[in-house]
Amino acid sequence: MAEFLADLHGYWEMIRFPLGALLCLGGSILCVIGTVGVLRFPDIYTRLHAASITDTSGAALVLFGMMLLSPGWLVISKLFAICVFIFLTSPTASHALANAAHTAGVQPIIGRVGTSEAEGEDA
Amino acid sequence: MTAAALIAILFGMALLLLRAFIGPTLYDRILAVNSFGTKTVLALGLLGFVMDRPEFLDIAITYALINFVSTIAILKFFRYRSFQVPLVRRGQGGNADG
Amino acid sequence: MAYFLGLVLALAAFWLGMSGHNTPLILSLGGISLIVTCILAYRLDIIDREGSPYVRLVGFLLYFPWLAKEIVKANISVIRACVKADLDIAPALVKVKTICKSDLAKVTFANSITLTPGTVTVEIEGDKLLVHGLYEQDSQPEAFVEMDQRSARAIDGKGAAA
Repeated sequence: MAEFLADLHGYWEMIRFPLGALLCLGGSILCVIGTVGVLRFPDIYTRLHAASITDTSGAALVLFGMMLLSPGWLVISKLFAICVFIFLTSPTASHALANAAHTAGVQPIIGRVGTSEAEGEDA
Repeated sequence: MTAAALIAILFGMALLLLRAFIGPTLYDRILAVNSFGTKTVLALGLLGFVMDRPEFLDIAITYALINFVSTIAILKFFRYRSFQVPLVRRGQGGNADG
Repeated sequence: MAYFLGLVLALAAFWLGMSGHNTPLILSLGGISLIVTCILAYRLDIIDREGSPYVRLVGFLLYFPWLAKEIVKANISVIRACVKADLDIAPALVKVKTICKSDLAKVTFANSITLTPGTVTVEIEGDKLLVHGLYEQDSQPEAFVEMDQRSARAIDGKGAAA
């Protein structure tokens, strides 16, 4: 039983570095996708949706990947603290932004938004 | 592969700067800066792992906290044009409009 | 008193998780900063249900996996909207009524909506929330009923969601 556990630990030590690096890479690609969304979408409210990809899935994947790469429990607890901060503060900041824009009178675009070809297909 | 992730995040930060420059309204720019801060936290953490010094995470934690506070402070300043206005909860007296 | 104890425990756990040193000097410095923080919190009068919401931690931990699942589902649709060659979105503003009673439950519900990509809470008025959604068909008021009930149950306890 002890040998089996030692084997399992060895396999885990072998697999966790590639897995963590892969998760980091995936999360950073999600961050870039969110940025592309921020650049493409037409108005402030829709850009907020794209930015929240970065804040939720991108950040969670990168932080989880770094947790797998980390050398000790101290680093894991720090990463967990960052995760909690980001998950608590990012929706609050998004809501504050949306509320401020709404109060300032920025009107959202309502209804179907598409490129000309897509509209041609619909019509 | 961690270095590749770091480069990807830096690329995303460069793209976000573009939005911060061309953003038509003030709120687009604040959104870009806020998202830039989140990416900075991730980039700082990854930089620590690339350089084998996870102590960088302390700076990342501090940045995560300051980023949120600064976003709220900037929004409050552009709404009231002053930091001196107390934020009063609705329904507890006062004439706060939101 | 329970709130005070929760605050002390949370601060101590935070200190131990951040520092990682166990020498008497560092530990006593941590104790001093903990006491100073507690005095400041007492003088600011923020040791209440919102300042130390650890009593409902179990309910919230039970709520979080469901929320994570929703976040993943919503992420996939928003990522698809971002990388599609044709921009094809239908933004909408929707009014949602909530059954949450306390402020903390309302905040949890609104933050859950905002945390899910594709929907952002724009304004809260009493028990009505103004929600901006990326897709009109995904952000009808019926789509938020389950999240509303679950967050009310997580924060306000079992009786609130009845």
